Amino acid sequence: MIYPDSKVLLEVRDLHATVNGVEILKGIDLTVRTGEIHAIMGTNGSGKSTFAKVLAGHSAYQVTGGSILFEGRNLFDLKPEERARAGVFLAFQYPVEIPGVANSHFLRLAYNTVQAERGREELDPLEFEDFVREKMKLLEMKPDFLDRGVNEGFSGGEKKRNEILQMALLEPKLAILDETDSGLDIDALRVVTNGVNKLANKDNAIILVTHYQRMLNYITPDFVHVMQSGRIIKTGGKDLALDLEAHGYEWVGTGKNAPARVGA
Amino acid sequence: MDMVVGKNYLESLLQGEPQLRPSPLSWFNNIRASAVERAGTLKIPTTRDEEWRFTDISPLAKLSFQPVQEAPEVKKEDIARFYLDEAQATLVFVDGHYMPRLSRGSNTASTELVVTNLREALMTHPREIESHLGRHAAFEGKLFSALNTAFLHDGALVIVPRNEAIERPVHLLFVATQAESASHPRCLLIAQSGSAVTVVEDYVTLQEGAYITNAVTEIAIEDNAQVDHTRVQRDSMNAFHIANCAARLGRSSRYRSVSAAFGARISRYDLNAVMAAEGAECDVDGLALIKERQLADTHTSIDHAKPDGTSRQLHKCIVDGAAHAVFNGKIIVRAGAQHTDSSQSSRNLLLSARAHVDTKPQLEIFADDVKCAHGATVGQLDTEELFYLKSRGLSALGARNLLTYAFGAEVIDRIPVASLKRELERTVLEQTQRVEQ
Repeated sequence: MIYPDSKVLLEVRDLHATVNGVEILKGIDLTVRTGEIHAIMGTNGSGKSTFAKVLAGHSAYQVTGGSILFEGRNLFDLKPEERARAGVFLAFQYPVEIPGVANSHFLRLAYNTVQAERGREELDPLEFEDFVREKMKLLEMKPDFLDRGVNEGFSGGEKKRNEILQMALLEPKLAILDETDSGLDIDALRVVTNGVNKLANKDNAIILVTHYQRMLNYITPDFVHVMQSGRIIKTGGKDLALDLEAHGYEWVGTGKNAPARVGA
Repeated sequence: MDMVVGKNYLESLLQGEPQLRPSPLSWFNNIRASAVERAGTLKIPTTRDEEWRFTDISPLAKLSFQPVQEAPEVKKEDIARFYLDEAQATLVFVDGHYMPRLSRGSNTASTELVVTNLREALMTHPREIESHLGRHAAFEGKLFSALNTAFLHDGALVIVPRNEAIERPVHLLFVATQAESASHPRCLLIAQSGSAVTVVEDYVTLQEGAYITNAVTEIAIEDNAQVDHTRVQRDSMNAFHIANCAARLGRSSRYRSVSAAFGARISRYDLNAVMAAEGAECDVDGLALIKERQLADTHTSIDHAKPDGTSRQLHKCIVDGAAHAVFNGKIIVRAGAQHTDSSQSSRNLLLSARAHVDTKPQLEIFADDVKCAHGATVGQLDTEELFYLKSRGLSALGARNLLTYAFGAEVIDRIPVASLKRELERTVLEQTQRVEQ
């Protein structure tokens, strides 16, 4: 939601990035304020997932130009773990499976790391168990989620729930949800998006990266951005997603609108 | 040159043998005699033998080992930490000798389960023993199996009666107490049809000297029976550990094996599972966690001799320092073994620049309607996994430590005995963590 007294959380200016020497991001501008929900839409290969990974600090992506400020700090000065502790969270499109580590252990480790950074109390295994079970209700998760290996043998829907559970635990200021709707059936989509809606508040912001409009039936974005060939070529309100659904991505590309400067 | 060394060496190894008392059972004496004869004709394997290509055991031949004629005094307190809380029965062997005072057999009225010393059982269960002993682990071409058989005296015998499921594990504990000693542990496990049992075969030490453990284990799993076999090798870092295990699977039987190698300067484990009837299922998992100058060699053979069998194998090595791990995993699908479903994965993690792994999956398939998958990886930690953990706030070192631990824990997690699993998880944790420089 757009609040009158919101603060600028993220400022991306003319961001360029390459993978293996190939330029994927070719000048992205985006401003995100607290309380806002942004949807970044685009076809496969438009660069939207690359943008998400660059925000989280993945080493396979080289930033070749531009700047990103997060709460006024240069994000490029921060390693991925420092970004996470500072409040940047990426919900992965393909969460990694880690057999041999119980999900509860991993969740507690992540939670306590971030708590320590914020000068808050860490929880022992028993305290954490109670705490995490409350959060799991939000996502209608079965209790055995905690005892299984991290994402090990999880269905697509279970993995995405586990990502949003981590978001609920870590309480990031900026959450980037990379194709969180992919691989979800309609029930799982409802549960996951309902969880995200409950986590959204006036002090945090969410960037939804998605190919399809359907997630936006459940989470109402304040801004919709269309990415193509590594740039944001159009920005609008939530209705833009409906237009895209009706007319397809080509419609934007052939439109007369000049590539939009966003969020200014 | 090798032959000369080998010959003298064998003579010295066989020196202790004549002091074994003959048994009143002629078939038993015959097995021993033919093993002695066979051992005399075999040479110590060298790296010129295909089966020993990566494993140079010449350091073994430079030392002299003698069987311990009488077991030393060992108190329960000395080995208290090795007992398993869950155990239904425990047999303890010290330097190859059965120790009744340290053991707790299982001949209670509530069960017909037999857990006892092989030597005494020759009198009480001669028929069962005769039909299995030396019949699964062939010693014709195998020097170390022949040596073990030549020295047959004490050993573990487990017979699980028909249709009986033993809930708690049977623990076979082999304790080494003396440097420069040789012991030849022997296990025979017979799971009669429809039975189920968990057996832990556990090699531990009370000293850090050089000694040799040369073990042979035979497992007969009759129709519809289930055996969970956990094998832990935590010998001294200066020890030599050589072991052969043979399992024969009956119709619709199931064999689940987890082996973990932590100790020994040089270790070699050969596991041969033969699916001798239709519909058998086997899971063969292994972990070698080694460092410094250790060498751990695992050779497995899973033989799909009959149709409709399923096998799953995950073998992992974590290699630190200048250590060297070897894995040779053979899957045989015989002609006619249709609808075989087999998968094998060899995954290896190198923790230092001098660490070394040789892995060799070997598929021999003679049937056409089968599903066989295999794969091998050698390398460092996966960057995507590291990034995932760092994106959750873990430091680079914290992520590295967690993933290295997890790599080993995935195999240890499959051990069906909770207290042993926890204990070995701690071992994996201790050996995989690095601290901030």
